[in-house]
Amino acid sequence: MSKPKVAFYWCASCGGCEETVVDLAEDILGVVEKVDIVLWPVALDFKYHDLEALADGEITATLLNGAIRSSEQEEMAVLLRRKSKYLIAYGACAHLGGIPGLANQFDREDILRFNYEDAPTVVNEAKTRPQLEFTEDGRSPHLPELRHVVRTLDQVVDVDFYIPGCPPTPNLTKAAFAALLSGNLPPKGSVLAPDTALCEECPRKATKPADVAFTAFHRPHEQLLDPDKCFLTQGVVCMGPATRSGCGAQCTCGNMPCTGCFGPTSRVRDQGAKILSSLCANVAGRTEEEINPVLQGIPDPVGTFYRYGLPSSLLRRRVDLPHA
Amino acid sequence: MSRLKYAPNVRVIRLMCSGRVDPQFILEALRRGADGVLIGGCHPGDCHYVEGNYKMLRRYRLLQRMLGDLGIAAPRVRLEWISAAEGERVKSVINEMTRQLQALGPLDLPGKFTDWDQEVIALAREAQAKVAAETEAEVAHV
Ligand code: SF4
Ligand code: FES
Repeated sequence: MSKPKVAFYWCASCGGCEETVVDLAEDILGVVEKVDIVLWPVALDFKYHDLEALADGEITATLLNGAIRSSEQEEMAVLLRRKSKYLIAYGACAHLGGIPGLANQFDREDILRFNYEDAPTVVNEAKTRPQLEFTEDGRSPHLPELRHVVRTLDQVVDVDFYIPGCPPTPNLTKAAFAALLSGNLPPKGSVLAPDTALCEECPRKATKPADVAFTAFHRPHEQLLDPDKCFLTQGVVCMGPATRSGCGAQCTCGNMPCTGCFGPTSRVRDQGAKILSSLCANVAGRTEEEINPVLQGIPDPVGTFYRYGLPSSLLRRRVDLPHA
Repeated sequence: MSRLKYAPNVRVIRLMCSGRVDPQFILEALRRGADGVLIGGCHPGDCHYVEGNYKMLRRYRLLQRMLGDLGIAAPRVRLEWISAAEGERVKSVINEMTRQLQALGPLDLPGKFTDWDQEVIALAREAQAKVAAETEAEVAHV
């Protein structure tokens, strides 16, 4: 019997997800033995026409990381969807929009102008910008178009499973491969991680306050952090209560609060609104004069509460931006 | 309250206490096409659950700032302390808010989502056209 075919692909991402696949270390050899890798741009040299040549559904599983932000990424998502039995959104960007999704707060023109003209490190007096089409030496290359909106993978094509994390942890990746190879799969649309809040696996849980009254919020760099106590007792925003577990609480074990990369559990639709709700309920004070100064300790609520998930949030994007 | 005539453009959702208003509900209402959301709560000190309206006020303050950062104008989400006995006030607040929303124009998030996604639908159409052209070419070869 021929081995199941697997593809890895990356879209708008930083490369960290690819690193996790490599982080499987010796275990990757076990995976490689059992599968045929048919596409992995970061590590192996395949061409797109190799992919085109495959029959529809011939790839058992494609792990796609990165948000969808350009016409080329859309085309690849559509093509890989067609060629794959299971399409898996791998990592926070494909799952929720990720860090690139924060661009959904800005106008595309402002982003392009900053990056090609105004950024302090850019010297571009002619204000040259990459063109979608141009002709040079008789050749006419095309470049992908940057879209106005950053999207999750499932806002572009149908997705079978999600592996969360920025990046996903090797243990989740390994478990996903085991499930895929054995065919022992949960219902379509599942996130392949536990469906409980991070606090459940956090060693600081014992000190999590049942009743806290925040008199101030401190950002992690503003004070020395107690290595054992729940961050909430220290007045530090921790996304743990609104975030899915399965990471092994690596950040809180490393004395940093959770920033929410696993996204919400299945019972929460909007991670940002959820954490806003639970933090604010516990702010001390009953009048605007008492409450407002405490809330000033969260200077950037969008960037704090939707750090990995603005495109998948209920509003998706700053609503008054141009779209064409 | 039940005998009051609401303006026809108002949809009333009753909850036990303003402390039960999950900010997700507000976003969900906007996402489904509401032009604005009015949250009514008992006057300070009068909440049956003691802290509910204070919780709402705290949530509201940060939600307003966050919504501003996401391009939603402040008058679209409003918090008012109105007791069950203040029928006239309910009416005047609703009328005032309706006027403000009319001045702002429709928010129409469902329409916005459709507009935003035209850039992807365009791609889907392109892909379809390509497949159709290829199939045609194959047919022509036979
Ligand atoms: S530190 Fe964060 S994740 Fe850990 S128990 Fe406290 S809130 Fe939950
Ligand atoms: S009962 Fe809590 S606000 Fe009315």
